[in-house]
Amino acid sequence: MPLTRDQIVARAARELRDGYTVNLGIGIPTLVANAVPAGVDIVLQSENGMLGVGPFPYEGDEDPDLINAGKQTITALPGASFFSSADSFGMIRGGHVDLTILGAMQVSGRGDIANWMIPGKMVKGMGGAMDLVAGSPRVIVTMEHCARSAEGAKGEPKVVAECTLPLTGKACVDLLITDYGVFSIERGVGMTLLEHAPDLSVDDIRKGTGAAFAVSPSLKPIAI
Amino acid sequence: MKKLLGSAKDALADVDDGAVLMVGGFGLCGNPENLIAALHQRGTRGLTLISNNCGTTDKGLGVLLAAGQVKKMVSSYVGENKEFERRYLTGELDVELNPQGTLAERIRAGGAGIPAFFTATGVGTAVSEGGLPLRYKKDGSVDVVSAKKETRVLVDPRSGRERTYVQETGLFADFCLVRAHTADESGNLIFRKTARNFSPMMCTAARVTVVEAENIVPVGALDPDQIHVPGIYVGRLVLVTSRANWIEQKTTRPRPTPAA
Repeated sequence: MPLTRDQIVARAARELRDGYTVNLGIGIPTLVANAVPAGVDIVLQSENGMLGVGPFPYEGDEDPDLINAGKQTITALPGASFFSSADSFGMIRGGHVDLTILGAMQVSGRGDIANWMIPGKMVKGMGGAMDLVAGSPRVIVTMEHCARSAEGAKGEPKVVAECTLPLTGKACVDLLITDYGVFSIERGVGMTLLEHAPDLSVDDIRKGTGAAFAVSPSLKPIAI
Repeated sequence: MKKLLGSAKDALADVDDGAVLMVGGFGLCGNPENLIAALHQRGTRGLTLISNNCGTTDKGLGVLLAAGQVKKMVSSYVGENKEFERRYLTGELDVELNPQGTLAERIRAGGAGIPAFFTATGVGTAVSEGGLPLRYKKDGSVDVVSAKKETRVLVDPRSGRERTYVQETGLFADFCLVRAHTADESGNLIFRKTARNFSPMMCTAARVTVVEAENIVPVGALDPDQIHVPGIYVGRLVLVTSRANWIEQKTTRPRPTPAA
C-alpha cells in the first residue's frame, strides 16, 4: 500500500528543522503545520504578509482582516508580524524563508515543477508559487505519486521525464515526498530514491514513475 | 489641501471610461468595498484593473466584472471567481497573469521611479519565455499571447553565484483605490493585520490615490512612528459608510470546553 495522506504529512514534517521559517502551500503542505515534531520550533510565513501564523481561530473569534494565503481565517502567535506584499516577497525572493513545501501536478526528474495551469481548462494563476520556488533555498514537493481518475483509480504518473504542463519553475525541487517514496533531486545529477513506502518494492515504484531515477545505496523504508 | 471628501461618489467623479486602476486587497481581505460599489454605480467601463485577485462572483472586484465594466485584469491568482474564468476563456476579458511577488515588485518599482528590474522568478517558464494567453477568441482558441522577455545572467548578491534573471517592468496607474484601518486628515495611513497586503505599494503607484478609511482622526492624533503610508501619497480620503468585510473561507477549531 502507498502511504496515506497523513503519513505523507508526517514524513514531510520530519524535514522541518528547529529555527526554520517555512512557507506551506495549500492542501497537503498546510497539514504539515499540525505535525511539527516535538522540540522543533518553526515560524510559518504566509505570503500575503505575515510571519508567525497560528492555528485556526476558535468558532466566533474569526477576524476578516487576519487570513492566510489560502484565504482561510487564522490567528497570530505571540511575536508575529505583518508587512506588505512587497516586503513579503522581498523576504521570499531574497532567500530569507528557509523552506517551501508545496503541492504539484507534475514534477520532472530534473526538478522542474508544474502546478498552476492546465491550458484551456484550468485558469487560476500562479499566485506566489513561482516566487517561492525561485527564491527558497530549499523546495519540497508533497503530492500523490500518480494522478487519480474520476473513479479514484490510479492513473498517469505525475513524476515525469519532462513536464507537459506549463512550468512553475525549472530545476528547483530539492526533495519529493509522495505516497510511493522520498526522492532527492540534485542539479545536474537527477533523481534518487532515498526511501520507499514500506509495502512497495523499487519495481513497483518504477512502474508508477515516468522519470528515470537512481536508487540510494542506503535505501530504506519510510518510517511510519 | 483638503483631502477628506464627503462621499465615495465624489472621490471618483473623474474616473473615466478606459481608466487604469490599482485596487488593494488579497482575496476579500482589505478590499475598498465602498469605492468599488461607487465605481459600480458610476458605470465606468473599459477599466484595466491591477489587483492580486478579482474578488468572488458577487463580492469585491467581481461586482465590476459581472457588470461588464472590466476590459483587462492584471493579477496573480483568479481561482475564486468562476465568472472570471468564463469571460477570460471566451474572449470577453484580457488577462495578464504575473507571479505574485513580481506583481508586488512591479507596483513598488512603478511608484519608486524604477522602470525595470531583474528577478529570478519565472525564469524558464512562460513568464520569461512568452506564450501566456492574454486574450482568447470567442471560440476558445488563443488570440494574443505574451511576448518573450529579456533575460540576463547576473551574480546573485547573496550567494555570489551566477544565475539567469528576467527583466520585469514597473507599473503605474491613473487611480489607486485602497482601504485603510485608520487615516488622519492629512492622509497618513495605518492598516490592520493582513488587510495591508498590496495597498501600501499601490498608494505610491498612481496619479491619484483614493483611500477609504474605517476611522478618520484629526491631524496629530497618530503616532508618526506607527504610520505605514505617509500622506504624501494620498490624494483623496473618504470615511467608509459600509464596514462590509467578508470572510472568504471561514476556518475554525472547536473551543475547548472547560474541565467539569
